[in-house]
Amino acid sequence: MSTHAITLADLLTLSGVLFALAVAGIFLNRKNVILLLMCVELLLLAANFNFIAFSRVSGDINGQVFVFFVLTVAAAESAIGLAILVVLFRERRSINVEDLNTLRG
Amino acid sequence: MLVQILFYIFGTLLVVCALGLITARNPVYSALFLVLCFFNSAVIWLLTGAEFLAIVLVLVYVGAVMVLFLFVVMMLDINVAELRRGFTRFAWLGWLTAAALVAEIVMVVWSHGRSGLDVARTPIPEPASYSNTAALGQVIYTRFAYPFELAAVLLLVAIVAAIALTMRHRQGLKVQDVSRQVSVRAADRVRIVKVKAEKRP
Amino acid sequence: MNPHLLIAIPLAPLAAAVIAGLGGRVIGRAGAHTVTIFGVAVSFALSMHVLEQLYAGGVPAFNGPVYTWAVTDGVHIDVGFLIDRLSALMMAVVTFVSLCVHVYTIGYMREDPGYTRFFSYISLFTFSMLMLVMSNNFMQLFFGWEAVGMVSYLLIGFWYTRPSAIFANMKAFIVNRVGDFGFIIGIAAVFSYTGSLSYDAAFAAAPHIAHAVIPITASTSWNALTLICICLFIGAMGKSAQVPLHVWLPDSMEGPTPISALIHAATMVTAGIFMVARMSPLFEYSSTALSFVLIIGATTAFFMGILGVVNNDIKRVIAYSTLSQLGYMTAALGASAYGAAIFHLMTHAFFKALLFLAAGSVIIGMHHEQDMRKMGGLAKYMPITAVTCWIGGLALVAMPFFSGFYSKDAIIEAVGASHRFGSTYAYWCVLLGAYITSLYTFRLLFMTFHGEERFRHAAAAHDREGSKTVGHEAERQEPGGHGHAPQDAHGGPAQPRASVAAQHGHHPAEPHESPWVVTLPLIALAIPSLLVGYFTAGPVLYGSYFGHSIFVLPADNVIGRMAADFHGPGELAFHGFLGAPFWLMIAGFVTAWVFFLWRPSLADQAARRFGWLRTILIQKYYFDWVNEKVIAPLARGVGFGLWKAGDQGIIDGALVNGSAATVGWFGGVVRRVQNGYLYSYAFWIVIGLAALLGWFLARG
Repeated sequence: MSTHAITLADLLTLSGVLFALAVAGIFLNRKNVILLLMCVELLLLAANFNFIAFSRVSGDINGQVFVFFVLTVAAAESAIGLAILVVLFRERRSINVEDLNTLRG
Repeated sequence: MLVQILFYIFGTLLVVCALGLITARNPVYSALFLVLCFFNSAVIWLLTGAEFLAIVLVLVYVGAVMVLFLFVVMMLDINVAELRRGFTRFAWLGWLTAAALVAEIVMVVWSHGRSGLDVARTPIPEPASYSNTAALGQVIYTRFAYPFELAAVLLLVAIVAAIALTMRHRQGLKVQDVSRQVSVRAADRVRIVKVKAEKRP
Repeated sequence: MNPHLLIAIPLAPLAAAVIAGLGGRVIGRAGAHTVTIFGVAVSFALSMHVLEQLYAGGVPAFNGPVYTWAVTDGVHIDVGFLIDRLSALMMAVVTFVSLCVHVYTIGYMREDPGYTRFFSYISLFTFSMLMLVMSNNFMQLFFGWEAVGMVSYLLIGFWYTRPSAIFANMKAFIVNRVGDFGFIIGIAAVFSYTGSLSYDAAFAAAPHIAHAVIPITASTSWNALTLICICLFIGAMGKSAQVPLHVWLPDSMEGPTPISALIHAATMVTAGIFMVARMSPLFEYSSTALSFVLIIGATTAFFMGILGVVNNDIKRVIAYSTLSQLGYMTAALGASAYGAAIFHLMTHAFFKALLFLAAGSVIIGMHHEQDMRKMGGLAKYMPITAVTCWIGGLALVAMPFFSGFYSKDAIIEAVGASHRFGSTYAYWCVLLGAYITSLYTFRLLFMTFHGEERFRHAAAAHDREGSKTVGHEAERQEPGGHGHAPQDAHGGPAQPRASVAAQHGHHPAEPHESPWVVTLPLIALAIPSLLVGYFTAGPVLYGSYFGHSIFVLPADNVIGRMAADFHGPGELAFHGFLGAPFWLMIAGFVTAWVFFLWRPSLADQAARRFGWLRTILIQKYYFDWVNEKVIAPLARGVGFGLWKAGDQGIIDGALVNGSAATVGWFGGVVRRVQNGYLYSYAFWIVIGLAALLGWFLARG
């Protein structure tokens, strides 16, 4: 038995479940921007799982490079998202998505 | 075998943490659950053989991003009750969609031959002298040099944007305006008034 | 013939109308009547020239386009002229009467503020009528047809401040629309069968169309030519005021008298007669249509004449006389005696215009009094008017040697000689019509020019009589007592009344002869009324004047058979003294003399005795009542129903607003999706993703 006995199917299923939970999280915490951002992080994590799994299974290092970039972008996204959140809270004293309805016709 | 057991343990933990993340009442708990998720993921990535990324995940995410999250959550005075109101309104839809997604992914993954994917494959074992970090570094600094630079610039932009967004100009703050000080002229400051001479009384 | 010359004939009055109408303020009253009279005079001179060339000069008829307006899908829509002896005769009549009326108007409308407008209208009318008459295609015919209708509308409502005038012009317009509806269907049918709008094509195709049938239901089918002819004739019924579309003509007397003379006696109403005569190559092949024409015409001739006997308004009596005479012409058309119809049209144009203008002269002399019961004995005060009016009257009753005799006698004889279905009924109608004609004509002459000078005490009885008249009028027409109470006869614009009152103070009832501009046209019209029949009966009626302009099948050629017995106008006239129509005329004269001159009280007794009959007649056989109480509400109801259910319900409601509402409703539904909440967009993205993935999987 190899030490690397985790199959591709295991990893993909785990990432799928993670992804689905993140989606469910978006539905559940639809009003809370902070939690939405966290769920997005979870989604990206699930995606990263796939990258790593395929990269390792096919022996191609490029997939891991992508994960690296995804992490970079996700960090930038979190930073800006949180900054916007802070500004928003300063303006409205709320982070409730339902208050962000100026798009509403 | 050990690896598999560890995978299942941490995989289960990961799922439980994710569940905790999305259902926690307090955003602080959610953030902490997310941290735990990241830790579990890092372990699984280690098991898979992506050591560098696992370390990066812990250092960057847990160390920086999640601290930022926690910081924001604690800093803002959030009315949690208000945000939780109607929590279950779309819950059925959320669970349904999640279930559908899981079902679909499971179908794709576990139905043999359907996707033309050999899902029974396992990660290719590397030789003992193999260094994941070195291999990644070799690719990043050669082939992906420009995208790497771009990512760096992106991070810089994100920093600038975050600061610009959150910067607050307080009223009544005593600050120097150097450019005004330099460009000032005598005529702006001194006014010469001609006063008519009067006779001494 | 020079086409440029022909174009000048209609364009001269048009130019004059435009100058007078648009530049009326600049050129003033004198300028307006000068320019319009000059335009019509040019037109008249050229028409006479054309007539002379065609008749004496032996120039062949002109038939061709002068301007192509549009060519679409091989169909030429031209302005084209067909100038043969028929149209040339009409042109001469139209321009002559128009010229007389123009001159007369100077006197009649002297005090009217709409002087220049009036001249512009009547010149425009002359243009329209000429376009109608000179046309060589159905399109231009229809243009002229509608143009005279429009000008007629403008002129009947000339005094547009009077509600009664507005009512009358609306009525004329609407009734004409009914006729025009048939007319345009007829034109469309001609077009659909020949593929061309020109007369030539239609006439050439007539023998073929005569055998075509239009399937209506599985078992019924109509003869196509009969349908075409009847549709065209419905147009003629509207324009030439035949029963039951005659109702507008008496009311059109709301217009100024010159208009009554020009349009509602001499020219416009003859457009239908002219049209049928022009279409003789079509009508000849449809015996059914001609029978229809014959019966309608004869009915109009007799029953409308009777109404003239009970009316007291001098203009209305003449209007009913016009209806009756138009009925005679139509009956002649129906008997295939087209020549006789046109001939009567011509003589009638002269003497009827004369009668109207004379009536107008009387109205001026009586200071805008139209009620004959307040006249009488006027011959002493207005000799020229009286003499000319007598000449017109005698022509109307067909006194031998007068122009009316030749034409009317020919019609009666032609109808008698015809063997068409309904000709027996028609013959009795036109024959007894002679008695009726005589009765109302002499009644008019006696009541107006002879007998007791009732205007002397008219002032005292004024209120009583006036209110009675108003009562009748109101009963007959519409609430609000619009009528034409005699004191309002010229009433709309306040100026004429005011000036008349100022001029005559408290003695308004002293009649006076009219100025020369009024009497000159009377004399000018009296001469042809007297003589034109004698000199033209030979060639026009029995000769070969019309040549190929009018087509008659040999079997129906009643005029041709009558021509065999014709030995000169003089002998015909002497022969006329022996005919039944003459004695009927004498009987009418005697009746009128007894009832209205010798023993006026007998008339009242008879009126009381036959009250029910009188009521029917005063109500004009209840045509107006039926129109206003049955047909108009029905039409309005249908229109309202279509408006509410069809237009607002289906078209606006379901189609226009419905499609908009559907889009709006859909938008409202979709709008909820676009609620502006970020999470909702995220939901849709995710649900879409799941659905898409499911679809891929399901597809395999």
